[in-house]
Amino acid sequence: MWSPEYESMSGERRRELQFKRLKATVERVYNKVGFYRAKMEKAGITPADLRSLDDLKYLPFTTKEDLRLNYPFGLFAAELDEVVRIHASSGTTGKMTVVGYTKNDLGVWSEVMARSIASTGGGRHDRIQIAYGYGLFTGGLGAHYGAELVGAMVVPTSGGNTKRQLQVMRDFGVTVLACTPSYALYMAETAQEQGLDLHALPLRVGIFGAEPWSEPMRQRIEAEFGIKAYDIYGLSEIIGPGVAIECVEQNGLHIAEDHFLPEVIDPVTEQPLADGEKGELVFTTLTKEAFPLIRYRTKDLSILYPEACACGRTTKRMHRILGRTDDMLIIRGVNIFPSQIESVLLENGDTTPHYQLVVDRKGNLDDLEVRIEVSEEMFASEIRKLEELGASIRRKIESALGINVRVKLVEPKSIPRSEGKAVRVIDRRNLYNG
Amino acid sequence: MKVKQISVFLENKSGRLAQVTKILGANRINIRALAIADTADYGILRLIVNDPAKARAVLRAEGLTVRETEVIAVEVPDQPGGLGRVLQELDDKGINIEYMYAFVGKTAENAIVIFRVEETDRAVELLKNSQVKLLPESELYHY
Repeated sequence: MWSPEYESMSGERRRELQFKRLKATVERVYNKVGFYRAKMEKAGITPADLRSLDDLKYLPFTTKEDLRLNYPFGLFAAELDEVVRIHASSGTTGKMTVVGYTKNDLGVWSEVMARSIASTGGGRHDRIQIAYGYGLFTGGLGAHYGAELVGAMVVPTSGGNTKRQLQVMRDFGVTVLACTPSYALYMAETAQEQGLDLHALPLRVGIFGAEPWSEPMRQRIEAEFGIKAYDIYGLSEIIGPGVAIECVEQNGLHIAEDHFLPEVIDPVTEQPLADGEKGELVFTTLTKEAFPLIRYRTKDLSILYPEACACGRTTKRMHRILGRTDDMLIIRGVNIFPSQIESVLLENGDTTPHYQLVVDRKGNLDDLEVRIEVSEEMFASEIRKLEELGASIRRKIESALGINVRVKLVEPKSIPRSEGKAVRVIDRRNLYNG
Repeated sequence: MKVKQISVFLENKSGRLAQVTKILGANRINIRALAIADTADYGILRLIVNDPAKARAVLRAEGLTVRETEVIAVEVPDQPGGLGRVLQELDDKGINIEYMYAFVGKTAENAIVIFRVEETDRAVELLKNSQVKLLPESELYHY
């Protein structure tokens, strides 16, 4: 255990600590962020009204839309001079979701990531290959700082170039792999093609996240690599990877509760649900300075389990993500909203053509096909012009989304409508079973 | 002397071509010539019919993506070297061909070649006083 003092503290002491920190966070946003103050005033609540942790439910929610309205730095609760790092993820309509970190925030992030690595049995003797993307995406740098903090040998390969990843894994004697689960499977497939026996490598642990995956997929990864595969959860809004992680029991993800206060709510009535009930995960950050969030609606569906765990940690565990309350897709670790594609199509012509997104997993990699109904305005009798049209839409979507897609032109009315509305997304990946 | 071609967008799915010809048949529209260009995902059906306006209307009514495309129709002697001379003339005049297809008329003395060129009006102007014989709509649709 990396920080037994916090990870295995008694429930009562933890609640005290959480309340103290919650109060400080609410005071901070009330005093420093006009948006939060206005929201709280509208709800008729001040920081002084918070008398116990149970009063959390009176605070207004924060949504991704709020983040968009305050783009880029409107919700920052620290002076910009204090901000030492920015990360960003996709927003719903082309505007990114921007988050900031002070030095202390990076310290908290490293701490929860170090706990995560330790939770899977990793430590200073390990060699950790980080094949999450480095950049605005939180995956790479988040895992990196945590791995450095535990004192492991960090191998920052970032994403891509699979053959080189495998070469590095073998030659450097990597023992822990951190990447998306789908990329892990793709690596396993490439290893097989190259005749590399993964079972003969010292690799023993995988820390996989940034996208939903299922129990059968875990079993496959564990069998193909001959390792233990752990689910890690995080989102850039809250801090990045390290919000929650499985322990060796592999029975739910322990939430770093002294930093992130979890709730599960009914997404429709917005009422808090009891532990053990399935609903939308909501987090309040307890220690962040630059980008604190009050009751942030993640739109991820899960269940909270308060029972003690055999590993000795006393923190609540969350079920692996069971689905989404919105239409967000995670493709190769990148968040995609159908509305982003709609905006591109709107820019492209006078009218928005009907479109459909078909997501599948081909050779273990996510594949996004964008089907577009060809209208008369778009249509030309020359193949060359239609091919150019398809290629131009593809390039625009790719530059807006940051991932590769395939564009398929289809006949009008070929995309099924339900009650007049086109079915926008078909996801064949079967991500949430098990 | 431009003439009208009907272009139809078709996905590569079985039965699509049969459906189009069925619609045209049911509406008593006669197909004079036909060509298909295709890619892995879709094809473009190009048609010369006896009544382009009606063909377009009935296909549209069935929900197909249809466009009227201006092309030129050239009568070519049905003998060795006939097409070569026409192509040479187009090349000499700097007329670029997007695509072309041919059919043989009822008399079988001449073949008809349909050309889609980059600048149709300019091509028609350039060919006006040349050896290349352009067919007007009235003749083509009932050739």
